[in-house]
Amino acid sequence: MNIFDRMMSLDRRWVFLSLAIVCVVTYLWDFSVPITISNEVKSIYDRFDSLQEGDMIYMSVDYDPNALAELHPTTYALAEMCFRKKVKIIFGTLSNLGQGMVDQVIRDIADSVSHDATYNGVFYKGREIVNGVDYVFLGYKPYPAMVIQAMGLDFRVPFPTDFYGTILDSIPIMKGTKNFDQCKMVIDMAAGNVAEMWITYGHGNYGVPLALAVTGVMGADMYPYLGSGQIFGLAAGLLGSAQIEKLCNNPGRAMDGMRIQLFAHILIIFFIVMGNVGFLATRNRNKMR
Amino acid sequence: MKRQLPLMLVFVFGFAMIIQYFIPHQASEWVNAFFMDWMMIIGVFALALGIWSLTKVSWDKVKYKKSNWQYAIVTLAGLFLMIFFGFDYFRHFSTPVGSNNYMYVKFYQHIVIPIQSTMFSLLAFFIASAAYRAFRARSLLATLLLIAALVIMLRFNPLLGPLQPIMEDFSVWLLNVPNLAAKRAIVIGVGLGMVATALKVILGIERAYLGKD
Amino acid sequence: MEWSTFLWTTLGAFLTLCTFSFLYKDNPFYKFAEHLVVGVSAGYFALVLWHQILIPNLFERLNDGDWYLLWINSSRFWYLIPAALGVMMWTRFSRKRSWISRWPIALYMGIAAGMAVPREMQARVIEQLWSAMRGIINWGNFFSLDATAGIASVIIFLGTLAALFYFFFSKEHTGPFKIVSNFGIWILMIGFGASFGYTVMGRISLFVQRIQVLNDWTIIAWEPGKGGFKLFWFLVFGVFIIWAVFEIVSFFNRRGKVPEA
Repeated sequence: MNIFDRMMSLDRRWVFLSLAIVCVVTYLWDFSVPITISNEVKSIYDRFDSLQEGDMIYMSVDYDPNALAELHPTTYALAEMCFRKKVKIIFGTLSNLGQGMVDQVIRDIADSVSHDATYNGVFYKGREIVNGVDYVFLGYKPYPAMVIQAMGLDFRVPFPTDFYGTILDSIPIMKGTKNFDQCKMVIDMAAGNVAEMWITYGHGNYGVPLALAVTGVMGADMYPYLGSGQIFGLAAGLLGSAQIEKLCNNPGRAMDGMRIQLFAHILIIFFIVMGNVGFLATRNRNKMR
Repeated sequence: MKRQLPLMLVFVFGFAMIIQYFIPHQASEWVNAFFMDWMMIIGVFALALGIWSLTKVSWDKVKYKKSNWQYAIVTLAGLFLMIFFGFDYFRHFSTPVGSNNYMYVKFYQHIVIPIQSTMFSLLAFFIASAAYRAFRARSLLATLLLIAALVIMLRFNPLLGPLQPIMEDFSVWLLNVPNLAAKRAIVIGVGLGMVATALKVILGIERAYLGKD
Repeated sequence: MEWSTFLWTTLGAFLTLCTFSFLYKDNPFYKFAEHLVVGVSAGYFALVLWHQILIPNLFERLNDGDWYLLWINSSRFWYLIPAALGVMMWTRFSRKRSWISRWPIALYMGIAAGMAVPREMQARVIEQLWSAMRGIINWGNFFSLDATAGIASVIIFLGTLAALFYFFFSKEHTGPFKIVSNFGIWILMIGFGASFGYTVMGRISLFVQRIQVLNDWTIIAWEPGKGGFKLFWFLVFGVFIIWAVFEIVSFFNRRGKVPEA
């Protein structure tokens, strides 16, 4: 086995080890990656920025812990922005283990909003977030297509009570709130085909203004919907989350993680190039023979 | 009764739902809401089957001492403990007090979240290894795929220096033009496929869901 | 720092490492974590089904009836019908009676299929076709590099057609058809490449998050600053290397013994 053969057939555990070392070492090294903002993310931020005090939005947290790395930063940044601006949020989840995710978001953001902060030059005084006044958490229901369809008619059809067992009519912010008509927009943080169900049954059926924050795996697949105007914004993967954090002036795990991405990608490209050099050299040698 | 009635049900309800879409009347919306409400209730019982099946498989593993049966005890213990905590130590069954139970929340945050997210993070290593083994510029098509992937991976890389803005612009174009065209074709193809399958189900041509006699 | 915080975060870190150990090879630590998460998630989901669906959507609605009469005297007794249909699903386990489960399944399939036909047609097919055609009518500044107008629209339109042609036309791809289908597959390959690039980013970010969490844990558990984090990874890689050396030594030992046996 010569060097070119070896370049093509490295044991995968060497790849694993190098990736782990590169990621950990990069993490220890403090530097920041400049993040350029793409139009599809900017349009999400602009809509959120234009919300006024007292407006209401629907935030669908449709991911399990396995996608939290990519989507939690977006959820945190946007939820905090809304609470700071006194925009009301209806939380819901269509993912099996998603209610724990919302629960965690609410606990953490309530803690964060209780402190004073300045974002994008605007000072916000710390305040207490009150369940039923600032937000309502509807909980989880299975079969996303049907739940979205039912919510478009009346939130009370799929959700007679909220997550905590309170009847929806007795919750202050749900008085006079029937369906998506009272919401300025729906933002769906999705891992999986729930995103497309929101497009088909949410936007398609009821014309709700819809934005998506999706995992990297789904990112490229959502562009046709962006092109056709079925969604007004798209934040895909950790890069999308980092852009949202940057726009909200609220740096978190996504912006922090981008510097690791940088070197991890370079390492993967290095391996691809190495494999290809080995491949082309071997092919040329075989041809010459 | 065993085959004809289900086929009739599918036809009648399927057709009713198609018609419902085209009638923007309150009565039609009421029917829609009614169906959705019922379906969720029926569906829950199907989901419960999954949990029952997991319990049964694990229990049988322990009972018949199949290979790795010790781990089935871990599964059953996890399941039972979560149910115990979720009912607030078997004190509240009809109100969701248990959803805020200290142990229930902590188990989710410190067992489910770390293991699930780490399991998926293993994919980072496997995709690195897969990229190294599979990405070979064997032909024009493979090279196109490789170039598109490299552009997307390198677009935010400041180490490219003056090339970085060009790469950024090119990636925007690539995502919004050729990628959009490809994905649009796939979306249309999938859409047509879904509609065709749904029609086959409604008309009773596709019957696999009925199982065997 | 509270002891409970220390213990819980340490448990999380331990389970994270148990799961990572799979990268070397399958082992009891990984199996333990894997089985634990299956059980705990199933328990969690069981409670979600109970508290979030069965109670509010079914039992609360029947609660003015009496359970010993099977809620037949409830004012909203009609909710017993979906409940009965749901219970029918459970006959799936019986070989003799499993045909009963076909009724609720048929009902579900009918409604789901009926819902899908017009809505999927509208959202996926008509909207997309309309958007592709609208783009081509909107000439705008033809030669600009803007992705929404001009030459880009033409490429999108032709690319979509060619890719659809490649997928759907069963006619043999020769002559001019070959050119169209070749263009179609080029476009598709670029699309798949873009997806792959995004997928790599997505997967890496999952690992990045675990590194961040482990860093938080070293801060919570040991000290503020990055000394603990360095030491922690030093230990992890140390264990990995010792394990690898042990494996290599035992491999050579085995290799020596096999021919003798």
